[in-house]
Amino acid sequence: MVANIISNVATGARSKGIAAVGPYLKSFSIVIVFVVISAFFAVANEYFMTWLNWVNLLRQSSINGVLAIGVTFVILTKGIDLSVGSVMALAGMIAASLVTSTNQQFVLWAILGGLGTGAALGLLNGVIVTSFNVPPFVATLGMLSMARGLTLIFSEGRPIPNLSESFRWIGGGSVAGVPVPVLILFLVFAIGWVVLSYTTFGRYVYAVGGNDKAARTSGISTRSVIASTYVISGLLAGLAGLVLTSRTTAALPQAGIGYELDAIAAVVIGGTSLAGGRGSLVGTLFGALIIGTINNGMDLMGVSSYYQQLLKGAIIVVAVMLDQFRK
Amino acid sequence: MLLSTGADPEGRDEDAFEARDEPLLVAEGIAKSFNGVPALRGGRLVLKRGTVHALCGGNGAGKSTFLNIVMGLLHRDEGSIRIDGVPVDFRSAAEALRHGVTIITQELSPVPEMTVAENIYLGREPKIGGLVVDFPKMRRAAKQLLDDLEFDVPLTARMRDLSLAQIQLVEIAKALSHRADIVIMDEPTSAIGEHEVHILFNALKRIKARGSAIIYVSHKLTEIFEIADEYTVFRDGRYIESGAISAIDRNHLVTQIVGHEIKTVEKGRPNEGAPILLEVRSLSRGPHFKNISVTVAAGEVLGIYGLLGSGRTEFLETIYGIHAPTAGDVFLDGKKVDPGNPKKCIQRGMAMVPEDRKETGLVLCASIAHNIALSSLALRAVSGFVRRKAEAAATDQMMRLHRIKAASPNVAVETLSGGNQQKVVFARCLLTNPRLLICDEPTRGIDEGSKQEIYAFLREFAAKGNGVLVVSSEAPEILQISDRIAVFRQGRLDRVVDGHETTQQMLTDLAS
Repeated sequence: MVANIISNVATGARSKGIAAVGPYLKSFSIVIVFVVISAFFAVANEYFMTWLNWVNLLRQSSINGVLAIGVTFVILTKGIDLSVGSVMALAGMIAASLVTSTNQQFVLWAILGGLGTGAALGLLNGVIVTSFNVPPFVATLGMLSMARGLTLIFSEGRPIPNLSESFRWIGGGSVAGVPVPVLILFLVFAIGWVVLSYTTFGRYVYAVGGNDKAARTSGISTRSVIASTYVISGLLAGLAGLVLTSRTTAALPQAGIGYELDAIAAVVIGGTSLAGGRGSLVGTLFGALIIGTINNGMDLMGVSSYYQQLLKGAIIVVAVMLDQFRK
Repeated sequence: MLLSTGADPEGRDEDAFEARDEPLLVAEGIAKSFNGVPALRGGRLVLKRGTVHALCGGNGAGKSTFLNIVMGLLHRDEGSIRIDGVPVDFRSAAEALRHGVTIITQELSPVPEMTVAENIYLGREPKIGGLVVDFPKMRRAAKQLLDDLEFDVPLTARMRDLSLAQIQLVEIAKALSHRADIVIMDEPTSAIGEHEVHILFNALKRIKARGSAIIYVSHKLTEIFEIADEYTVFRDGRYIESGAISAIDRNHLVTQIVGHEIKTVEKGRPNEGAPILLEVRSLSRGPHFKNISVTVAAGEVLGIYGLLGSGRTEFLETIYGIHAPTAGDVFLDGKKVDPGNPKKCIQRGMAMVPEDRKETGLVLCASIAHNIALSSLALRAVSGFVRRKAEAAATDQMMRLHRIKAASPNVAVETLSGGNQQKVVFARCLLTNPRLLICDEPTRGIDEGSKQEIYAFLREFAAKGNGVLVVSSEAPEILQISDRIAVFRQGRLDRVVDGHETTQQMLTDLAS
């Protein structure tokens, strides 16, 4: 059955390679892969195509989506951020402690505390990368461990439960039938898309990733552009931490372990080049949706999570292979 | 008949003698189309033994197509190629090499951590018992080879420690060790300095003397007149003419390459007493250059001439803020410029066309429009948002003004020819409305027609009361565009001479 799915994905992708629809194909190809995978699950399980399931699927994808959008900024500058999973855990832990230690009118402080934690750690990443010339892989690998360590020290290894009703709304509430995390995802996507497409900063991100020397010669402060992308990634990791903590109704010290890999996978499936300078948030959004769909669909079919891991890995590799093939 | 390196000298000499009358390679009527679009029609070249044959032409002239066909990398639609009178039809570069044809391209590919000898015999090392590399034998063979050619390259040095010219010598030696009789050299001097060019040319003369022949491709006409015996011109995918280089002059060759007479750029003298635009006071940077003071007046082109390694590129980059100086100051319009900050320099009215457009000039994967707009985005933005209409209008205007030929402003810059890429760099610089344009080798690797356009543009730009600071290693180029010429030697300013009265000979003598 797994082989079936893989071959389905592969043939779907291949047929789009043959149909020479021109350059527009590139941005659509990820959508086609998404549709093919969805169609497969729709046939395999009748519950998959229901409204309720899609709301559920989107909610499941929202945390990874928010993380992946932040990581996209970093990867566009030829960097990488491995620390988002740990940063979200620390941000969630700090927010939870602020919620429980103050009365519930101070939920706003908890939110600011969580976002601030994420942004601050992101800034630290950015400074280490740009001012001390530490390779992004190493700098953020260090942060992955340090932020986890801080989370464990801060929480003494214990979860922080009993979060207030209003804080729990971030992860569990809904507006007009749409879950709040899904609204957050689409809001973040919309802002991110506008920033990358319509602002000078967005252009600088692409230029720095495409050729940092040329960008500097062109009068761009490459260091501050690069550092800013790590702040964005950290900030969004903080936001994702709030959503996760709120949904699980407790801050767990081991929350978010391995989330960075799903986020990077979503970016890569979405066609953003690890070599920098090429990619889009539309791709990342669908990359996150594809991962969410696979998880959701296979859960519905009762496939064990062991197989889910296997397939997810295969999809990542196939997605990048197709990208190389197109070039 | 093929040149063998030191194997059996007697046999070789006899064969070479017999074959002397007959051309080594005759290609006639070569045609090639891509998707029905002809890239080359009636391509023709007759290569005689013991000659350097310059193959000249602008971008799109069909040179690359022709050479790829000769090398067996492309398959011809029509025509014939004969080597030593025998018709050949190569299907791969390996097959061409077996028949003694080899190419040395711009991108050399040595293994940096291996020694010279190991690189020469890479993939065909002499072995003991078919297993272990016979290093002593390999070294002996390599020594014999290099001695025969009189190449001055240390045998046991690692490739990464060699200069670019030495690496080229190793590549040539490697080609000849394959018994190559026909060596194609594509822009061999694009990355090496004048001194190294002479080492290379001496080597070419020795190769010639042994009866081999060289097809030499270069945009640098000075070199062609120095080293070539014969020439062939292609233009717009057609054979134009060929002959002995001694029978023509530079103007004739340029006219044949470009297809029409080129008007040499008129140099008006700048006004006496024009205000000083740029003043550099005792600028130094570490080991690169020391205590250099120059000025550029409004309306003036100041040329900087010096050999590679004379500190000229570092000097320009320091003025523009890419590096911070260790001592000294830069003044623009009498006010001090913040050191080490290209962004501030642009805001103050400087712009720089860097030496290596692929490395530091362009974001290759980005579109033409995005590259052109890159430096001036902030000028046309409202609270951080790009004004797309204003941007599109500005880039369209620049593309028309500089005649950048492309299907659309949205295609990636990497798909353009060298000349058009360089125009994109110029366009990007000009959109910031600079008053001082700093150019490092502005015509490197681009064809004659585009070069002339750039010269004309630089003079015109200066005539409007702006300043130009330009580095070039081509003496005729510097003489053609500069009002004054600063001669650099080993990181120091040797002297400043008048660009209207100096001759090429004087200039090269001063710099060496």
